[in-house]
Amino acid sequence: MLRLEKRPQPSTFWTYAAPLVAVVVTILLGMALFASLGKDPVGAIRAIFYEPLFGEFSFYYRPEVIKKAAPLILIATGLAFGFRAGVWNIGAEGQYIMGAICGAGVALAFYPSESRWLVFPLAIIAGTIGGAVWGLIPALLKVKFKTNEILVSLMLVYVAQVLITAFSSGLMRNPEGHGFPGSRNLSQYPAAANGELFAGTGVHWGVIAALIAVAVAYVILTRHQFGFDVRLAGQSPKAASFSGLNPNKLVIISLLLSGGLAGLAGVFEVTGPAGQILGSFPKFYGFTAIIVAYLGRLHPVGILMAGALMALTYIGGEVAQDREQLPAAAIMVFQGMLLFSILGVDVLTNYRLRFGKNEVR
Amino acid sequence: MDINPILLLAAVMVASTPVLLAAIGELVVERSGVLNLGVEGMMITGAVFGYIIGHGSGSAIGGFAAAALAGACLSLIFGFLTQFLLTNQTATGLGLTLFGLGLSSLVGQGATATYPVTVPRLPIPLLSDIPAIGPILFNHDAVVYLSILLIVLVWFVMFRSRAGLILRAVGENHDAAHALGYPVRLVRMAAIFFGGGCAGLAGAYISLVRVPQWTDGITAGAGWIALAIVVFASWKPFRLLIGAYLFGGVTVLQLNLQADGTLALLDIAIGLLAAAAAVVWLTRSITKKAAAPMDNLLSVIILVLSVVYGLLRLAGMQTIPIEYLSMLPYLATIAVLVGLRASNAPASLGKTFHAST
Repeated sequence: MLRLEKRPQPSTFWTYAAPLVAVVVTILLGMALFASLGKDPVGAIRAIFYEPLFGEFSFYYRPEVIKKAAPLILIATGLAFGFRAGVWNIGAEGQYIMGAICGAGVALAFYPSESRWLVFPLAIIAGTIGGAVWGLIPALLKVKFKTNEILVSLMLVYVAQVLITAFSSGLMRNPEGHGFPGSRNLSQYPAAANGELFAGTGVHWGVIAALIAVAVAYVILTRHQFGFDVRLAGQSPKAASFSGLNPNKLVIISLLLSGGLAGLAGVFEVTGPAGQILGSFPKFYGFTAIIVAYLGRLHPVGILMAGALMALTYIGGEVAQDREQLPAAAIMVFQGMLLFSILGVDVLTNYRLRFGKNEVR
Repeated sequence: MDINPILLLAAVMVASTPVLLAAIGELVVERSGVLNLGVEGMMITGAVFGYIIGHGSGSAIGGFAAAALAGACLSLIFGFLTQFLLTNQTATGLGLTLFGLGLSSLVGQGATATYPVTVPRLPIPLLSDIPAIGPILFNHDAVVYLSILLIVLVWFVMFRSRAGLILRAVGENHDAAHALGYPVRLVRMAAIFFGGGCAGLAGAYISLVRVPQWTDGITAGAGWIALAIVVFASWKPFRLLIGAYLFGGVTVLQLNLQADGTLALLDIAIGLLAAAAAVVWLTRSITKKAAAPMDNLLSVIILVLSVVYGLLRLAGMQTIPIEYLSMLPYLATIAVLVGLRASNAPASLGKTFHAST
């Protein structure tokens, strides 16, 4: 009989190999899924992983991959801190939406202004604060009333979704929009636009911010006391409390941090690729970022790579929709399978597979 | 608008049923020591399969059965990953929700009703003739009765049978239960399977009875609210009933407010809430000598907000934009989580079990 034996220490080999195995497993599962939908499995996988990077129209798709990866990496980096410490911020989607609302609100308040050096930075600050405050709510409720941060942050996602839909047809509606819902298009408002910094690369300020966030997170996690506290709290809560670590502080800081980064991602998205406040404001980055954080093993550098891979499945999914008529929802299922695989394969990091019966001890 | 309190209360029972069904399943799962955050995913999968099978075959029973099976099958993925591959339960549950949302959207593409399905009402003879109480409690479809029956059944099995004792033992201390020779993983798999079936049923109730249609994301967070209600109920079956009906009340109130346009209903609701808060504060300050505002924060917040609302109404506020009202169920859930602190959680909840450790 097959059984699992706990390793004395996590295997270094499997720490690095597990994500790769998970991707391979997901590709195999995905091929089975696509085949069961009556599509060409090899063609679909090729469309997802090969075409956007090296195919005929890759000059168009590559910048899109970069644009998609930036918010995912930003949000996932923030989430990783909390997840490591055992603080489950599941409401990044709401924090991301609130960041977009606050950032866009400030930018729109200055509307005819032309001073880019005032409006754009102010929008960024407002968005970050908006996201951080939305993250602070579950943190404070957890610290003060011991509520479950998972449920509260999630409820706030639905509240944020109601708010953005209401604002897009009320408070923030474009006065020149002929009564249609949706704010002014911020990407066409030079003082606030978050356009490409280098034409044709897809690199906008959000991408720069994501790279900075990864670098800073790496330094904090490996060289700073806070990073040590986070790892300690996650690995051994008991040891953490003996060493005088204040768990409440950790909860507040990790939710502020992840909320702020999610808000930041929201501002860059609303002033750039999305352009306006609308009920259909690009959704699900906040949730997909959870997969990214896990696939990246809650490590900043891993998250950078995982974010790029996840963005690739988005863009590749669009290619596969065109080429193979693969339904859009199939990519969501594919991403879900990726999370299952990474979590499942992880067993090999901490356990050894053994044949035979348990020894009597 | 005429407000008919009897119809309103009957609607509360219908609105509460999906949350109640999902929550009773999750209660069993959590009592066995497993935290499955995938309720929303299993629910929406149940919703889509219930809709498709129900409308494809024209049989409501077929739809509900298919939904329960779909939810239960999906929960087996979670069970396999957490019990046999020892994955983190929180992350796996979230994954299950993401997967379920994608799967339902994939399966539900172009799903339209071929045979219209109506779930017939089954008025209980004699009891449904009682004035006022009859129409509120005893004139519903079979699933509403089933949900209440399930509560009683779960309570009975959990607290009055040997199987329930084992289930609770596994949830309180899996190492001790293992040492006594109980099959921890098997018990938990059974609980997870049951929870998945309940969540599937709950989803089908939404897509076949409450909304009667299929759209992406139709469950709109009901699965998460079910999770919150389990916490609210302190893992006790009968308190679950109170929590679910409270939530149903807020939902019905919100829908009626949107349809009504005047604020008469909200005036009554807020008046009642403020009165309740005042009574709670008073009784607490008499019985426990805890009169300080900080000890009664929830009551204080409710009273302050009610006063603000009252002043706004006196100043001539006529309406609230209806979009904002749809936030009410979610805000109410947060308020409930704040007001009633969780206690009595199964000790092994969310912990991974491995026989070697």
